[in-house]
Amino acid sequence: MTEGTGRGGFALRRLLQAVPVIFAILVLNFLLLHLAPGDAAQVLAGEAASATPEYMAELRARFGLDRPLAIQLLLYVKSILSLDLGFSFRHNLPVLQLILGRLGPTLLLMVTTLVASVVTGIVLGLLAAARAGSWRDTLISILALVSYATPLFWVGLMLIVVFSLKLDWLPTSGMETVAAFYTGWARAADIARHLVLPAITLSLFYMALYVRLMRAAVLEQADMDYVTTARAKGLTEARITLSHVLRNAVLPVVTMAGVQAGSLLGGSIVVESVFAWPGLGLLAYQSLFARDFNLLLGIFFLSACLVVAINLVVDLVYTLLDPRIRV
Amino acid sequence: MRRFARRFARSRSGVLGAVILAAVVAIAAVAPALYPGSPFRRVDRPFSPPFGPHLFGTDVLGRDVAAGIAHGARTSLTIGVLATAAAVLVGTLMGGLAGYCGGRIDDLLMRTTEFFQTIPTFLFSILLVAILAPSVWSIVFAIAVVNWPTVARLVRGEFLAMRGREFVQAGVCLGMTDARVIFRHILPNCLSPIIVTGSLIVATAILIESALSFLGLGDPNVMSWGFMIGAGRTFLRSAWWLCTIPGVAILLTVLAINLVGEGLNDALNPRLRR
Repeated sequence: MTEGTGRGGFALRRLLQAVPVIFAILVLNFLLLHLAPGDAAQVLAGEAASATPEYMAELRARFGLDRPLAIQLLLYVKSILSLDLGFSFRHNLPVLQLILGRLGPTLLLMVTTLVASVVTGIVLGLLAAARAGSWRDTLISILALVSYATPLFWVGLMLIVVFSLKLDWLPTSGMETVAAFYTGWARAADIARHLVLPAITLSLFYMALYVRLMRAAVLEQADMDYVTTARAKGLTEARITLSHVLRNAVLPVVTMAGVQAGSLLGGSIVVESVFAWPGLGLLAYQSLFARDFNLLLGIFFLSACLVVAINLVVDLVYTLLDPRIRV
Repeated sequence: MRRFARRFARSRSGVLGAVILAAVVAIAAVAPALYPGSPFRRVDRPFSPPFGPHLFGTDVLGRDVAAGIAHGARTSLTIGVLATAAAVLVGTLMGGLAGYCGGRIDDLLMRTTEFFQTIPTFLFSILLVAILAPSVWSIVFAIAVVNWPTVARLVRGEFLAMRGREFVQAGVCLGMTDARVIFRHILPNCLSPIIVTGSLIVATAILIESALSFLGLGDPNVMSWGFMIGAGRTFLRSAWWLCTIPGVAILLTVLAINLVGEGLNDALNPRLRR
């Protein structure tokens, strides 16, 4: 078997493992729908008052609300799998279309945060471990401890106070200056300026996590035989760290980063609502206020699918980093 | 117990955390005496700055911020402890069962915990609280639901490691009932990691609670730090103290609990015992 098909087979197996997860999310969604106050048709219609009686009747018929629960579940799954997530009367748009429109900004925020937190986490962790016990190590550890204990939304608000209100360096909210009608690179630069504060806010917590992981991993690797060998060969400490230790110590961080995808999406709800970043999180926040449970359930379902997809990608990256893994 | 206290005292950051935490607990305990009456009531004109007639000033409706901080400490600690207790109880039961019985039960539990690691758990808590209507109990429930799998995985691992040990097998050979083996012999040996993880979950729970109430999903009848920040964010420019002070309160409390957790870990972890 060549390496390519091995990786392909691995990807396929992981894809099949995702199927029961997606199904479980559907069942969970269905249960939540029935837990909500009012009958399921009212929940599906969002605000019951704004839906037409015809639409309500149609919903009741389509989801078989007068039939046994098992049949209702089947009808629900069938409807979701045909990508029909319902209609939001508050926004006057199909739920799926609403969510897909908000996916881009959230992905931009998530990927930026993921890269920023992993990179700074690795660098700071390495710096701390290289001189364990020094003032530099202490300083980095304190920074990590404090970042780990601070609520995301508060960091965001404080950054707004300092960098937007006092210093007036960066915009307080939104994703771009719509009124300026920027195009091309000017627009990209404008979006980047808006991205700085939300990305820093969301990154700090995860950075703290990765710093601690990285520091522990580097210290653990430092006692390994291969490091002694490298030192005996006469390599410089910098060379040993960068080309030998780093590669091994990064693995737990990448694993953790993969597991964190779901938590990152949760954090983005808070951060997006602080910075009015027009992504899935802000949509969730708005639908919370509009009591639009169906939209909220749709966001939950699609973001869970998104996390499954991200985990898949991270697993593939993992096999590239560590060729020993061939599960 | 005294040996444990001495070992704990060896970690300076752990002691610092314990001192801060003790202060927060004390403030929470005396809040009704210190600031009698509802923290929601109006005491003065709005936007009175801090360190004037009121220690932390007043907010947009003339409510005393210091009273909110004191009563909020009660809310945060209560919800943190209750949610953790529920998560630890369920997690220990499920994890212990899976680790001791193995087989199908174990498979089922592992799939369940993996599932909880995959889904965006904060979004799930939001859904639960929104659908069950915000109250202290629905918040405790939502936080416990997303945190028990961590405990379950930990306890399962510990039980799995313990099950093959001689003292457990000896117990089984002596004809002890499963319940006796589990509760009298295995569980006491797993307590240290459970206590450490539990203390860290209290910190997580307080952070989740503050985020929920910041988003407007707090119990409307009790004061909470997240709610205060959410209510004050509109006045970020004119009244900085409304957001800053409750935020510092959350930060200090969570930091203290994390430090205590680490101190406990160092003191209880047998591998590090010198």
